[in-house]
Amino acid sequence: MHQTEAFHQRIDKALHNEQARTSFRSTMSGLMQKRAAQFPDNDELQALRDQARAIRAHALTRQPELLEQLEQKLTANGIRVHWAETAQQANEIIYQILHAADAKTLVKGKSMVSEETELNHYLEQRNIEVLESDLGEFIIQLAHEPPSHIVAPAIHKNVKQVAELFHQFFPELGYTENIDELTLLARQILRDKFANADAGISGVNFAVAETGTLCLVENEGNGRLSTTAPRLHIAITGIEKVVAKLSDIPPLLNILTKSATGQPITTYFNMISRPRQPDEKDGPQAVHLVLLDNQRSSIRMDEELLDTLRCIRCGACINHCPVYVQVGGHAYGTVYPGPIGCVLEPQRLGLEKTGILTSACTMCGACAEVCPVRIPLPKLINRLRAESVNAARSEAHINGKGSLRKLTESQAWAIWRLLYASPRNYRLFRWFATRLRGLTPTRLGAWTRYRSSIKPAPRSLQELAQQEGFDHE
Amino acid sequence: MKPPERVYFFGTCLIDMLYPKAGLAGMQLLRQAGIKVIYPKDQTCCGQPAFNSGYRDEALSVARSLIKCFPQNIPVVVPSGSCAGMIKQHWAELFADQVDAEAAAEIASRTYELTQFLVDVLDLKLKDLGKPVKIAVHTSCSARREMGVAEHIESLLGQLDAVELVQQERKAECCGFGGTFAIKQADISGAMVQDKTTSLRATGAERVISQDCGCLMNIGGAFDKQAQDKGKGPVTQHIAEFLWERTHASN
Repeated sequence: MHQTEAFHQRIDKALHNEQARTSFRSTMSGLMQKRAAQFPDNDELQALRDQARAIRAHALTRQPELLEQLEQKLTANGIRVHWAETAQQANEIIYQILHAADAKTLVKGKSMVSEETELNHYLEQRNIEVLESDLGEFIIQLAHEPPSHIVAPAIHKNVKQVAELFHQFFPELGYTENIDELTLLARQILRDKFANADAGISGVNFAVAETGTLCLVENEGNGRLSTTAPRLHIAITGIEKVVAKLSDIPPLLNILTKSATGQPITTYFNMISRPRQPDEKDGPQAVHLVLLDNQRSSIRMDEELLDTLRCIRCGACINHCPVYVQVGGHAYGTVYPGPIGCVLEPQRLGLEKTGILTSACTMCGACAEVCPVRIPLPKLINRLRAESVNAARSEAHINGKGSLRKLTESQAWAIWRLLYASPRNYRLFRWFATRLRGLTPTRLGAWTRYRSSIKPAPRSLQELAQQEGFDHE
Repeated sequence: MKPPERVYFFGTCLIDMLYPKAGLAGMQLLRQAGIKVIYPKDQTCCGQPAFNSGYRDEALSVARSLIKCFPQNIPVVVPSGSCAGMIKQHWAELFADQVDAEAAAEIASRTYELTQFLVDVLDLKLKDLGKPVKIAVHTSCSARREMGVAEHIESLLGQLDAVELVQQERKAECCGFGGTFAIKQADISGAMVQDKTTSLRATGAERVISQDCGCLMNIGGAFDKQAQDKGKGPVTQHIAEFLWERTHASN
């Protein structure tokens, strides 16, 4: 099926899911209010955004050397570093590490990069038991669904659905729709798994080159348990997560948690710098970091699209997107939804596969207004629209350039140019449109599905202006 | 800035053929304030529809024909946040590396959205001659975020004694128009305008006023379409037409 048709089918399904739409609307409204409450002083917010933007931009400029430094420091600290160019390679590396350590069961902290590589599926096929330990991820793992939001993966579900899901999988624990009791149930189930898992897998929010520190932001403590309780810890992240200095972390962390969930700080903030030392009583015996490229190097080569990589995955753009709130994350059909998804996924997966996502934007600018690192999201979406209809547009390394060009559409724009780039043609067109307005159809395709038809006025502004005695030069 | 004696008026393609009365009202407001208004007859469009659809070469040809319309160094006033935003914020990108990049930048530097010009340049004082009316304002996303003139429309309306301004829920949220978005993602756009019209109806406003006819075409069109099921919605009207109606002397 062509991507456009598939996308419209998913949108149709999403728009008919009243329950999920109610969840999206109420959750997004709550997140927007909580974020706004964290930034009472606009000047301060703008200064913090400038600072965060500069830190991330600087890290991207110096990325190759920072990655080298990071590898050096991590290695000196006793953390093994692995490089993966593709998702497949990352999965293979992780499997090899697990295999060599004879690890059969693992607990996972939340990681969007592991969603990119579809790691769970890969490992499960090789008889490794994978358990998502983030509550939201745990819920959708039970439901066999992908995340619908990068920070709150199960927000498409309501309490009743979660209660039924838990009851289906753990009937012995009794049925409850009380959120606190449900959380407690999950905790009981997970505690036991933490204690007995062979390995833990986590993502990374920031990797500090200066010190070789892996920073992990979370709220539930599952990240800390996943990275400390099992004897083996494997972290996976994208290469763009590297930052230069430890002093870069406080401002980034500050704006990340406030932008994401409206929290001044998360409940847990982990800084992982080495495996267990001989005199220490806990912590993993071995720590590995898998650094995944997966098209990031290619995105980095274009001086405009490079801004995509500044993202710190707070999800604020998603929370404020008027399109996302209507359709939710699954409609996008990609790992990353919302504005950042519309920008990142077509570059990562190719315009020929996901370029249609760029059409899911009104250019309203709500995303760019809140982005903590000032990614000009609408501008990048616009650029990708241009790339997807014009193969000759630029030298950017994007797959599928020109793949969304349709003859009917390009001809329509050619006619538009013919009429609007020539004042004489336009005058003629306008004369006919205003004089023949009675012939305007009452149905105008998709437009009149939700609105009345559009009819030209009997006289144009140009004519009215002349009639009212306004000069024309 | 000292108010200029003369300005160009760029009516925009949407207003020229679909909402000419809004454009004319804008010109009459300026004339009433003592400004000589020039309406260049060769004007067509700023290029935005094609630019936002990815057809930049086509957009460039059209925008290029527009820059020839404003040769004198006087302000260009535009009764639309989105068209003014196109010129001020996006022409630089559209004209990048082109021979006329400088000419485009020069025009952008003297381009104003109508309410911005009325407030910031003219410091216009209004006297309300109309009957009491309850209105809601829908500020377009481009007026709000690209042009930063959300407060301008409200400060003008605030001068009108008999006008009561009511606030709809989620005021800053997009109405779902988005140019070709309304066609390409018709069902999402439909869901968005449904939410917008619901929140506007709930205010009990008699009119919905905006700086952009694109939003009004979307919102007003949806009110019309819903009329059978939900009753007649508020009347949608461009800010220029509303201000002119309430302040001109023959009222």
